[in-house]
Amino acid sequence: MLLKGENLVKSFGGTIAVNDVTFEVNEGEILSIIGPNGAGKSVLFSLISGAGKPTSGSIKFAGEEIAGLSANQISRKGIARTFQLTALFDQLQVVHNLALGYQKKAQNGFWGTLFHSPRYNSDKKAMETKILEMLEFLGLGAKAFDFVSTLSQGEQRLLSIGIALISDPKLILFDEPTGGLIQEDTELITQLIRKINKKGVTVCLIEHKMRMIMDLADRIVVLNYGKKIAEGKPADVAADPQVIEAYLGRKKDA
Amino acid sequence: MMKWLKANWFYLIVLVIALVVPFAITNRYYSQVITMSCLFAIGALSLNLIMGYTGQASLAHGGFFAIGAYGVAILTSTLGWNFWLALPAAAMISAFVGFLVGMPALRTRGAYFAITTMCLGEIFYLVAGNWIELTGGYNGIVGIPVPSSIVVPGLGQITFDSQISQYYLVLFFLLLTLFVMHRLVKSLKGLTFMSIRNNEDLAEAVGINTFRTKLLSFVVANFFAALAGGLYASLIGSISPSVASIAMTFNFLMYALLGGIATLAGPIVGAFVMPILMEYMQFLQDYQMILFGVLLIIVIIYFPRGFMGLFTTLRDKLKKTKVGA
Repeated sequence: MLLKGENLVKSFGGTIAVNDVTFEVNEGEILSIIGPNGAGKSVLFSLISGAGKPTSGSIKFAGEEIAGLSANQISRKGIARTFQLTALFDQLQVVHNLALGYQKKAQNGFWGTLFHSPRYNSDKKAMETKILEMLEFLGLGAKAFDFVSTLSQGEQRLLSIGIALISDPKLILFDEPTGGLIQEDTELITQLIRKINKKGVTVCLIEHKMRMIMDLADRIVVLNYGKKIAEGKPADVAADPQVIEAYLGRKKDA
Repeated sequence: MMKWLKANWFYLIVLVIALVVPFAITNRYYSQVITMSCLFAIGALSLNLIMGYTGQASLAHGGFFAIGAYGVAILTSTLGWNFWLALPAAAMISAFVGFLVGMPALRTRGAYFAITTMCLGEIFYLVAGNWIELTGGYNGIVGIPVPSSIVVPGLGQITFDSQISQYYLVLFFLLLTLFVMHRLVKSLKGLTFMSIRNNEDLAEAVGINTFRTKLLSFVVANFFAALAGGLYASLIGSISPSVASIAMTFNFLMYALLGGIATLAGPIVGAFVMPILMEYMQFLQDYQMILFGVLLIIVIIYFPRGFMGLFTTLRDKLKKTKVGA
């Protein structure tokens, strides 16, 4: 098991957003977290990625306690994330965005940067190679030097995944990777996630498009009002009466 | 080599002009103005690092300039240190003070950081005015010696009494500052600065320790602000608390903004163009400031990247028409 959250609680004042949730992410799998709006999915993600600290409970990543660490420390441990609303450095070029995704792997100390130390130069070369690879993987080669603001919605989403992927994380958290995208782009991203998973990266995603999830996920965790109400293989989860009532029941073919 | 020349010929010409300018301009007043422009360019460049590239509007910049000025003044005239020891020492003190106050101040964001640093600048100003034993109060410090002469093997002794030598001294430090800024800004480190300006939460999520990065930018900026201040004290020969005033900060800010914020050339261009503009608008007297206010608003709205932005837009347009034809 790669990631284990135990008895996680997050409350904001009187509101309990995540209520005693225990879950596991196994190495190499695609785990999807689903649930109606306000179920606490995104809050759970923010706890894992360090954007928020759990009120109580523990999160172990590769056996190491990470609950309460800052977002940049957790990122350096090998957990990358994307955001629900595409988050990019929109004042910068595509290559710069990828470089920033990669930077934690490169030595970029102050003195090394100032005097162009041998380590600085070799790391820079390695970074350039990696960026070229990633541009090709994403199919954004022709847009390498374009400013992010000139990219289409789908391309921006691709780039946000590239920023997360370029540092070779062990686990990627996708927060609604296809939210707001047209069908064509949705399929593109779905295929990309599968491709990323095949490369050996463990994937954990929040998604609303049920059909896509049933097809893509190895396992599903269902949250409702901050509590875990079901967990298991897609077919089993879809058949669970509690899930149907909470989520699928209202709009079975959503 | 040819390729390098082709890409950099423009900068090379500027450098050559900078090197021969004291021989072309013999008027004492103008050469003084040029030296001061170089000096203020160092201050504007360093403000540009924290404000333009890192996006943290530090309004204590004049205060750190003053730490350099008072540092050199006290160390050389009161304690009798050699200028070449006093200048780096004063800059290090400023960097260290920046480190100390940056620890709490940089935990605030946006306008709150601006307000915090503005208060900080005011504190520096009050300290300079009231710590009479050390700073001479509002009378300031007079009789600060010019930079000590240096011995260069093979060239003999270089003294800094003449305007020409003072110009080259400041030019040297301007080039040094520019070199450091260039190295920083055109690197991954510089990208991390810009990432904080652009999207601090995402920067944190991709593994950038945003607090430490901001602190580094702040400390480096304050080091160079003090370097400019130290040179100022030594060349002018006397200082008063006005070097720590908010007006000093706003001068740097105006140079950077009008010249082109978050560009390397912008603050330098601003530091040269603005004093000249001011000179020609002397006749407007009190109305001068109103005109500047309007100019600033126009630039911020229509040319957010200042003169340099205008320049690059024009250049790109020219290139396009050339390609089109």
